[in-house]
Amino acid sequence: MLKVRVIPTLLWKDFGLVKGAVFDSWRRVGSILPAIKVYNSRDVDELIVVDITASNERNQPDHESVADFSEECFVPLTVGGGITSLEDVLHLLHSGADKVSINTAAFADPGIIDSVASRFGAQCIVASIDVKYFDDSGYRCFSHSGSQDTGKDPVEWARELVSRGAGEILLTSINRDGTMQGYDLELTERVAKAVNVPVIASGGAGNYQHMIDVVLHAGASAVAAASIFHYTEQTPSGAKQAMKLAGIPIRQNFIGLVNK
Amino acid sequence: MKVAIINYGMGNLNSVRRSFEEIGADVVIANHPSCLYEVDRIILPGVGAFTEGMAHLNQGGWVTALNDVVNIQKKPLLGICLGMQMLASKGYEGAATEGLDFISGEVRRIDLIGCDERIPHMGWNEVRYKSENVMFNSIPNLSDFYFVHSYAFVPTNSSNLIATVDYGCELTAIVSNNHVFGCQFHPEKSSKAGRQMLKNFMSYSVC
Repeated sequence: MLKVRVIPTLLWKDFGLVKGAVFDSWRRVGSILPAIKVYNSRDVDELIVVDITASNERNQPDHESVADFSEECFVPLTVGGGITSLEDVLHLLHSGADKVSINTAAFADPGIIDSVASRFGAQCIVASIDVKYFDDSGYRCFSHSGSQDTGKDPVEWARELVSRGAGEILLTSINRDGTMQGYDLELTERVAKAVNVPVIASGGAGNYQHMIDVVLHAGASAVAAASIFHYTEQTPSGAKQAMKLAGIPIRQNFIGLVNK
Repeated sequence: MKVAIINYGMGNLNSVRRSFEEIGADVVIANHPSCLYEVDRIILPGVGAFTEGMAHLNQGGWVTALNDVVNIQKKPLLGICLGMQMLASKGYEGAATEGLDFISGEVRRIDLIGCDERIPHMGWNEVRYKSENVMFNSIPNLSDFYFVHSYAFVPTNSSNLIATVDYGCELTAIVSNNHVFGCQFHPEKSSKAGRQMLKNFMSYSVC
């Protein structure tokens, strides 16, 4: 049986590690590389690194930095931000990314998911969906780091991305991002029920119970989080122990390796 | 003790190289089959399809060199993922293709051997030991390793099957035949447990 994963998300802007709230007011909270080293020494399940400025500033993904990141990453590494072509994906995979996360580019040309899937396989595509909730009109998908309303319904969009070959969905609630108020359970449940690939819940984790809730009550296969690990004493391994006590199958951290 | 990672044009070798560096091994990337004569241990990595992988190995002259150093000189070999699958006699990804035949068996799509779960099998999953093996030193049974694959190794002799993984059915996780080893999962992406297994491979001594 596959294990439910706990995935720290690292947002990267102008070489710095940043943390936002509601997809705005990004605060610089350090450098990426030391964070990757720390998470690896703590034996995390997986890491997601996203360049949040690439799409907005029309930058290409920074392959050289990704190569540096992957040198220090001994768990699966997902890289996102600014991917617009098959070539971008090829470069990132060659630089050591195990998977790529595609968001904005799929709205402009959904065919990019088909081409990446047929060339490199569904296992390396994480389709990322950023969702905002409106009291009067419900959920809608946003592109360009949450700055452009695409008008798309997240459930329909998730179905389309999966039918085109996405291997996983990274589902982020913009409203909950950085608030530490808990994941959007309703949004996660709707999308998880609509697709047969793993859904990674993102946006809003403030404590371990939030992670347990989104797995047990909304069907998430993995939980992504940033603020909880940057700003509180809570850790990925603490999260996994709490999830284990709640009966969720998690990967046991390996104890006993002396590094050299 | 020097280990070479075979560079036959299938995928990024840096994570494998970095994992060996982390455990303090003397590691080189082998860009030519002649390198295999100058090392003590060999890694056959790989991501991709069986047919394409074997074509690259044949075209690069690796098959002849591998037969020499592994079968005759008895240098320990570890195949990873596609590299493990190519240790088999035959593969069925793409066209039916002859493998290296270091461990008798076939490589088949996991749904054709009884797995009804989603393909590919991707993620952390528990590896169950079938017998004692040097590869398991200091690693508890049922530790998690990272898998990404759609095809699996079906060994002819159950004595070569030393660990399995459950994914709707029992799939081969590790095979071994004397000094030849293969793991379906990626030790280089399996964090500390993966590095311990690479250490175990490095400290294995040929009887």
